[in-house]
Amino acid sequence: MKRTIITVVGKDTVGIIARVCTYLAENKINILDISQTIVQGYFNMMMIVNMEESTQKFDVIVSELDKLGEDIGVSIKCQREDIFDKMHRI
Amino acid sequence: MINMYEVAETNKMIEKENLDVRTITLGISLLDCIDSDLKKLNDNIYTKITTVAKDLVETGQEIEKEFGIPIVNKRISVTPIALIGGSACRKPEDFVTIAQTMDRAAKKVGVNLIGGYSALVSKGMTKADELLIHSIPEALKVTERVCSSVNLGSTKTGINMDAVKLMGEILLETAELTKEQDSVSCMKLVVFCNAPDDNPFMAGAFHGVTEADAIINVGVSGPGVVKTALSKVRGESFEVLCETIKKTAFKVTRVGQLVAQEASKRLHIPFGIVDLSLAPTPAIGDSVADILCECGLEYAGAPGTTAALALLNDQVKKGGVMASSYVGGLSGAFIPVSEDQGMIDAVQAGALTLEKLEAMTCVCSVGLDMIAIPGDTKATTISGMIADEMAIGMINQKTTAVRLIPVIGKGVGETVEFGGLFGYAPIMPVNQFSCDDFVNRGGRIPAPIHSFKN
Repeated sequence: MKRTIITVVGKDTVGIIARVCTYLAENKINILDISQTIVQGYFNMMMIVNMEESTQKFDVIVSELDKLGEDIGVSIKCQREDIFDKMHRI
Repeated sequence: MINMYEVAETNKMIEKENLDVRTITLGISLLDCIDSDLKKLNDNIYTKITTVAKDLVETGQEIEKEFGIPIVNKRISVTPIALIGGSACRKPEDFVTIAQTMDRAAKKVGVNLIGGYSALVSKGMTKADELLIHSIPEALKVTERVCSSVNLGSTKTGINMDAVKLMGEILLETAELTKEQDSVSCMKLVVFCNAPDDNPFMAGAFHGVTEADAIINVGVSGPGVVKTALSKVRGESFEVLCETIKKTAFKVTRVGQLVAQEASKRLHIPFGIVDLSLAPTPAIGDSVADILCECGLEYAGAPGTTAALALLNDQVKKGGVMASSYVGGLSGAFIPVSEDQGMIDAVQAGALTLEKLEAMTCVCSVGLDMIAIPGDTKATTISGMIADEMAIGMINQKTTAVRLIPVIGKGVGETVEFGGLFGYAPIMPVNQFSCDDFVNRGGRIPAPIHSFKN
């Protein structure tokens, strides 16, 4: 299974998780893990998701999440887990 | 499992500290394109490049998107053209047609540079080598994306001083042909000692004859990441300094390894090497000189610079070697002047001279790189500078290179603008004393004693 990391960073507001999760659900992306915290009024969230069931192409999801982030006023990034794994694990 | 802190660290490197993969370079062998008919040869070359590399740019973009890491350049290197064109080319103009074919193929597949308009003449020149070298000024003038390199010496063979002398003249001729654009063609021409077969960086990339039919080589870059890491250990001992560089180099190189493996898998082309490099760009915060300053120097060029660069280069290799399964190319810190804002500042402050740069090249890759010199510099003086740099490479069993830009019509104190990744450069003064009689002797410098290891 190829896992993907979604990070959401930005000013806290109502409904960030709801909107991101709704998008993921609509695209059949399964959430495996969520961690979230508020640092000095800034919303930080990391999700580990599985995109195997998703019918959309990866780059489309990246672009759509980016656009969704713009709508909410946060930055949303969607990257394959490998880049973090390679960098931080031997 | 990966935690939030680690994810944030990686993304900060990419967003704030200019971590990127500098280049995916696809090496393509053109040996099977050889034909004695020039037109057929050109057709073969065009077909081979545009077939093998047709998905390179798209795949690079896909990887960028999926991993969220910028891949700045997608490039191609080919077998040295002097070997490929030998049987079809009777005059320099024939070789120029091959350069034009390479240019067309590069544009067709969308790569920004194509390297391999090269000759390997470390011991002697064949007729084809000579023709190719004579065609370089015109070839670089009439093409946009073609890069040229000439290997003039090696630890095993010594230095071909006839070729060194010739290249001094060719460099000036190349400058002259594009004098309206600040002699910009010279950026695409580099001479080497001990040129590696698998270097992914331009202008010196070519696909050596020891290589497979096609291969993926990757060059990483992250001076900004190293600088930021070092800013957190100011005042600490050398042990801490070195450990920090090593760990950071490991992380940076792992990204290169990942991208290389992904590209290899998706293009069905074997993975060659990762070039462990700190390659600067003119962007603020993407400077090797700034790392030297972070080590404790006021400017690059101050006393202590060579030592700082030596330790930086060594730690980058130590960290990087562990991070990649195959390491090659030039591997080390690059110190081009025009492509590094910190270097430019050092030159303008009077801290950095050509002589100090030469000393620095003894301990790092690559050599005198992207240095603008007055356009009225004599060809023999340029050959003398090349010979010095080749000697450093030959004796120290390392790769060295020279990429000088004699800017026709401009002198010391003036500035030349190259644009984009190539940056701008203040024109540096050159030692005015003559080396005419030395350069004009003819022949070659014999291989050094330590080349006899049999």
